[in-house]
This record gives sequence, structure tokens and C-alpha cells, in this order.
Amino acid sequence: MSDRKFSVIGTDQVRKEAPDKARGEAIYADDIRLPRMLHGRIKRSDYAHARIISIDTSAAEALPGVKAVVVGSEAPQKYGIVPQAPTETAMAIDKVRYHGEPVAAVAATDPDIAEKALDLIEVEYEPLPVYVNTHDAIAEGAVALHEDNKYGNIAYQARQEFGEVDKAFEESHLVIEKTYKTSYVNHVFMEPHSAVARFDDNGDLRMWSSTQVPHYLHTMLSKVMDMPMAKIHVTVPNVGGGFGGKGEASNNELIAALLSRKARRPVKVIYSRREVFLQHRGRHPIEMKVKMGVDKEGYITAIDYDGLMDGGAYGAWGIIILFYTAAMLHLPYKVKNVRFFGRRIYTNKPTCGPMRGLGGVQPRFALESMMDELAIKLGMSPYELKLKNAIDKKHVTVSGVHVRHSEYKKCLEEVVSESGYLDKHGKLPFGKGVGLAGGYYISGTAYTLYMSYKPHSTALIRLDSESGVTLQCGATDIGQGSNMVLAMMCAEKLGLPYESIHVISGDTKNAPFDLGSFASRVTVAAGSAVCEAADKLIEQILPIAGVALGCRADQLAVGNGEIYSIYEKEIRMPFWDAVEKYIAAHGPLSATGSYTPPRRTGDFKGGNVGHSPTYGFTAHVAEVDVDTETGEVKVVNYNEAGDCGQPINPLSVEGQVEGSIVMAMGQALYEEIKMTPDGRLMNPNLHDYKVPTMRDIPNIKTLAVESYDEDSPFGAKEAGEGPIQPTIPAILNAIYDAIGVRFTEMPVTPEKVLAALAAKGQE
Amino acid sequence: MKKIITLNINGDDYDLAIKPTDFLVDIVRDTVGLTGTKKGCNIGDCGACTVLVDGRPILSCLTLAMSVVGKKIKTIEGVADGPELDPVQQAFIDKGAIQCGFCTPGMILSTTALLERNPAPTEEEIKHGLAGNICRCTGYVKIIDAVKHAAVLKTKEGTDVR
Repeated sequence: MSDRKFSVIGTDQVRKEAPDKARGEAIYADDIRLPRMLHGRIKRSDYAHARIISIDTSAAEALPGVKAVVVGSEAPQKYGIVPQAPTETAMAIDKVRYHGEPVAAVAATDPDIAEKALDLIEVEYEPLPVYVNTHDAIAEGAVALHEDNKYGNIAYQARQEFGEVDKAFEESHLVIEKTYKTSYVNHVFMEPHSAVARFDDNGDLRMWSSTQVPHYLHTMLSKVMDMPMAKIHVTVPNVGGGFGGKGEASNNELIAALLSRKARRPVKVIYSRREVFLQHRGRHPIEMKVKMGVDKEGYITAIDYDGLMDGGAYGAWGIIILFYTAAMLHLPYKVKNVRFFGRRIYTNKPTCGPMRGLGGVQPRFALESMMDELAIKLGMSPYELKLKNAIDKKHVTVSGVHVRHSEYKKCLEEVVSESGYLDKHGKLPFGKGVGLAGGYYISGTAYTLYMSYKPHSTALIRLDSESGVTLQCGATDIGQGSNMVLAMMCAEKLGLPYESIHVISGDTKNAPFDLGSFASRVTVAAGSAVCEAADKLIEQILPIAGVALGCRADQLAVGNGEIYSIYEKEIRMPFWDAVEKYIAAHGPLSATGSYTPPRRTGDFKGGNVGHSPTYGFTAHVAEVDVDTETGEVKVVNYNEAGDCGQPINPLSVEGQVEGSIVMAMGQALYEEIKMTPDGRLMNPNLHDYKVPTMRDIPNIKTLAVESYDEDSPFGAKEAGEGPIQPTIPAILNAIYDAIGVRFTEMPVTPEKVLAALAAKGQE
Repeated sequence: MKKIITLNINGDDYDLAIKPTDFLVDIVRDTVGLTGTKKGCNIGDCGACTVLVDGRPILSCLTLAMSVVGKKIKTIEGVADGPELDPVQQAFIDKGAIQCGFCTPGMILSTTALLERNPAPTEEEIKHGLAGNICRCTGYVKIIDAVKHAAVLKTKEGTDVR
């Protein structure tokens, strides 16, 4: 905002680690080489669902160069991101639940020897029926993947009802009911999972891993290795992207630790690209039966949602995503009557989990498509209908979610005006079209099981006249730039240059606690902790400066590397002189800050989404060309207007938004993991699983609407997951505008387009 | 049996004991220790392992180390000559084209080769030239900006009298 003057916030700063990355000198987990380090490889199951009768590792153990072999029964402790309901073990013990599940592992002096040893491990299986779709898995008489699960293959289910849904539908002017299906997609971060484990003679475990969540990895290692947490030290080197896929402990991390303990040598376990697809944790395919009604003016009367989520073999983040999905129905529009029924189903597939914008992308696709359809049926512009229903600056949903700050209407207005949507919608020649969609995401929360736990984020800042500013925070930079964001906030607070802030992050011993990088929580949560710590430091320094300057501390401020009187220009001293005086008089100068999202009381429902302190909003317009000869859909122009609060680093915000749009475009048009009926992945590689390349991208224009959330650190909100929400429906609405076909399943491949055009021609 | 070969990497000769089946990416990373070359897929789909052989971009995960004896190999570590960054690297940094950085070495080497054969590429030519390098963070927009900027920086550099 114009009346706020920042020196660092809102400027395009260059990331400090960027030169190392440009030179190829940045260290990722797979670049770590330790003396005597062994290479671990994982033996994976040949069946998607089977009992393990026996495992014979003797021939593998006898192979020269093999230093350790481990099997599932050596680590029977179950783990999982939801501590109350763990479902996984480091390797399968009595049965396998997906094709390619780890059953044993080998550490050898050379990767080739380790691979050879895997072939020597004999596993005898007794096959069980394989379920690769949810309907088969919950059919009468289906064999339960998890025998201890109470409801067969229904992992979790939930019902919520707010308002009077049936009555509202009865009174509606227009109601549409449809089924939508989303596809089975993977994050495809560029760096496969990599971990290095080392035990020392004190029995302490050191782990370097490509994780988003060193804290969760820390707790899972403690559980699986049956070791006290204090004896484990997790460090995160540079991470080559995560998007949620590295948001919980993965088998390679646990297996590296187990092999390392057994061999008493460091062990590295890296994944091939196929193994990344097996570890998976990608977006849940959901079959959604959705009903939505509007009145004569286009105001939404009610939403009824019934979603069947294909969860894959294990629990993972499933229950959290189920509740996120429920909460996503309530925003960014005013809806008074909402019914939700959701089930997450176990199937014999690699496990689904958190993927960028989790819980939101699937219902957003259905709802925004439906609103487009309702508007057109009412003879109204979809823009008018969405704007009418959009929430105001503050809003409380019927589910009790408090939105303290929203500029969603502004997002809609600006994206429509920038894109020329109103001049184009319904007016372009056949084969060309535009589509509008909006969305939102949580910012600053983490899941509800931790609500009564310690603060979600903590920061420690040390000021020393010799070593400078050291900012320690457990938040983890996975390439999204959180180190930069936190350093910029610290620099702004202390009135020092951004370059002078040294960040230590992503480390369970050298940085204070943070839950990790997921759910778009870091900028607000860790940022608040950093700001609190910095404020405390200033409180400590100003009285010292006041004495030195002969001035009241409350008349002093920091800026430009100085402490100065806000009234008399000549009263000023260098910041670092004050720090030196403080340390000389009082000893070391440091401060901590922490953050916990506000905990809601009352009849609040709907998972932790409601505990989110604030929310980001965004609106998109896609413009497509559909080739009616080949069926190919080309997104040609793309506009976004986002409310991420005050952008901390505008260049980085653009990068997050552009990356989100292209990732979602892949899901809309190209990406889908294919399976055989017996549960094998048909395309676990980047040749057959198509992600967008540079040639596929549209002209993208993003803009940040004027926005400042007064209660957030420097007015900031999220920008990393909201912007992926509306892309799929924006593109699919544009396809409808182009060829008059409403697709309810993705990806919209050329085959589907041609089939739809042919069917339309016959009508 | 291993054989001793000599590879010229970034202008330096390395005498290396290799198996005939060893791929260049593993020799560069594990034997020579230049870990800037990344492995994203190991079967030639992602472009992260791109290196230059006699100035042309190749996928080092599909190239046998034996096959590049006597050729000039350039990895990401050989792009900057000493303390100064190369204009391509500088452009990637300044334009925000680097997020997680895992695709960056391959992108920079593909860009280097592109600008070598076409010093002023159009946007279409950039997209064509870098289509073999996958990035999942940036949506490519900032990378295209960086390549355009690098072309300008390199042209300026070429006209400098040194």
C-alpha cells in the first residue's frame, strides 16, 4: 500500500543461494558423499496385493560387497503423519498392498552390487484380489487391505451438514447435479527422493534428506528406529522441489537409517523416477457427485457434495485431505446451506497424499465448472454470477470459518478487465474460448491434531557485532524461497540489508522447531515468529541506544543500519554500535519468537482449515484454441489476479503463481498415471507421463491486487497453493466456450475432445 | 574389467578407470565428483543431466563415457570462468529463473548451446531449444525471460573491447 514505506519488503530480491545453484555448487542430498558410504537399494513386490509367505535373503547376504540386508519384520513399528492412526511400516511385513511396495533392502559397496543382490532375494507370495478402483474395493465381500481397519476398505468417512440443504434445493430456481472425476497425478518434482544416514558410536543418527518436513521425519525416525528423538539429527540440504510429495517420511529415509544401523556405515538411498511414482503421495482421484442450486438472481442456494476419494494403499495424509475437501466447499463464495459426505478408500495403488493445493483442487474444479454452467443457463455472465456470490472483505462461513481479510472481488474484477473476458466470452469463433474461475487457500495453519501442541513455528535471532545476524528457524526451503522471505522480514524489522541476514533452517538441532513447509503456512507462521523475535531484539537495543544518545527509547527507530530519533535528525548512531554496547554491558544478544494459529472455539467444524489465521484468493481467465481436426487443446493466453496480501518479494510471487498455473494445466490436459488391472503402473516415467514443457505454455500474465492483511506479518498471505486452485476449471470452462462441450473428467486429451465433438455432431 | 580412459572435462584431462557400460553422468558425478550435473530420471526424459560435448547439448544419462573420449566436455562447473559468472548464469539469477535449482544446470547448458548457435533467438526458438529440459517450479516464464536477457548480456559482452 502506498502509505507503507518498506525498504526491503516488496522489492525483487535475488535469492542468496541462486549463484550456487547456477554454478552447480549447491549441495542436494544425492550430492553428499561420506567416507565408507554404502549404497542402498530396495527390493519391491511383484504383486499389488498378496500375503508374504517367506523372504529368503541368504544368497543376497552372501554376495561379496553386500554389507547389510534388512526386511520388514526388523522394523515392525507402524508410522504415519497422523499419530493416532499409523498404517505404514518401513517395509511390508506380512502382506503387500501395492505393486512395487518395499519388502527388503540391501546396502552394498557399489550400486550395481546392491542391484544384483536384490535379484538374489527370494520372496514367496500368496496373491490376493487386486482393487485398482474404489468401487471394487468397497464392493460386498472385498478383501480388506488393512485387516485392522474397522470399515473394510473405507479408510475414513465424514458427514457434515450446515443449514437446511433440502429445503434450499426445493426453493431454488435452478439446480444442477453432476458427477465429476479427477485423475491420478504425481507432483513430478525434479529431484527424486534422496537420503543419507549415518550412525556414530554414541548410537546417534544423523540424516540428510530431501524432505519438506524435517520435524515429521524426525518423529517418524524416532518411532520406526525405536530411538529417543534427542539422539536423531535431521538436516535438509538443498531440495529439488516437493509440492507436498516430500511432506512426510518416505521409505528410503527409514530404510537408509535401518541399513546404516545394521552395517554401522553411512548409507545413501536414492530413488529412481519409477520409485518416485511408487512412493507417490500425489493428488487423490475423486469421484464427486455434486448438486448446486441458485435462485433467480444467481445467488447460490445450496451445495451437496458426495466424494469418493481413491486413497491408494495407506493412510498417509488422507484424513486431513478429506476434511480439507469438506472445508473447501464454503469459500470463496457465500453459501448458506452445505452438505458434505466424503469417503476415502483403500485401493492397491501407490498411496495418494498431499499435493499442492491439497483438498481444494478437486472440489474447485467441480464447483467452478458448475457455476459457469448455472450462469449460462440463467442467461447471465459467469463473471456476474461469481461476483454476486463472492465473499466480502470479511466473512464467516456457515461452518464457522473466519476470513479476516479478502480481496477476492478485486481479483475477479481485475482478472476480467485485464483479460478482456467480457468482450470475448461467448463471442469468439468456434474452436476458441475463454473461461473464468476463482479459488482460495489457507495460509498460516497446520493440521488440527497439533492445535494443542507447542507453537507451530519458532525463530531465534542472534545479533553479534562479530558474526552479524543469524536467523535460525526450522522452516524448510524446498526451492520455494522461504529462507529469502524470512530473511527479508528480518532485514526489514532490523533496518539492515537483506544480504546481511544469515539463515540457518531445515535442521532439527541447529534451528528451533517448525512444523515444516506445507499447507502454505511458512510466510505467515514462521514469518510471524521471525517478526516477534526481531521486535524483542529492538526492544532490548533501543534502551541502550537511548542512554548512548541521551534520548528516550520510545522516540527511537531502526533503519538504514542506524538507530535514530524519529524527531531529531541529528540524534542517531550506527545499529551495530548499539549492539556492541549491549553485548559489552549485558552479554549475548538474542531473542526468540513463536507462532501458533488462533484456535477457534464454538460449533466450528471442518478440519483445521477453520484455524487458518488468514486466506489467499485468486481468479483466473484462460483462453484456449481447440483444434477440431486433431482434438488438441492449446492454452494460448492466461491471466491471473491474486490476493496474496502484501507480496514480500514480487518476483517470487510471480514465480509461484506461474509454476502453479503450468502444473495445473498439466493436470487439466495431459497428466495421468495409468494402471493395469493387476495394479502395475504403466507410465512411471517422464516419457509416458506427460508434464508440460516450455513449448506448451501460454502467454501468462499475473498481477497482485492491492492488498494488505493488517494482522499478518507485513500484510502477507500465501501465494503457493491458492493459485493452483482455479486453473483446471478456467481451462475447462474455456473449452466449453470454444466447442460447447462440458468435460467432467480430466485430463482433456485430444482423444476425448474428438470423441466429444463426434458425439456432438451426431446430436 | 575396467579400462583407463582420459576425458577432457571443463578443459582439464582426467584419467579414469571405467567400465565400458558406465554412463557419462555417473562418471562425472561419482568418479570425477562434479555433482552439479543432476539426475532427474536417468532415461533421457528430463534434461537435468545435460552437458555439452564439443559445444552441443547431450543427455549424459544416455551417453556412454567411452563414447566421448577425445571430445571436449563442458559441465555446469565449467560455465563460469573463475570468479565471474557467465552472462547466462547471471541472467538466470537476476530474472528469478531459479527456484529449487535442480533443473538449472541443464537449463543453463542448453541455453549456452542455444545462444552459441543462435545469438538472438525468438521466443519460439527459445521454447524449441529448451523443450527437452523440464522444470516443475517456474512454469518456464522466468526462464524464457532469463534466456532473452542472457542473449542481450552476451551481445553486449561480445561488443566490449577487452
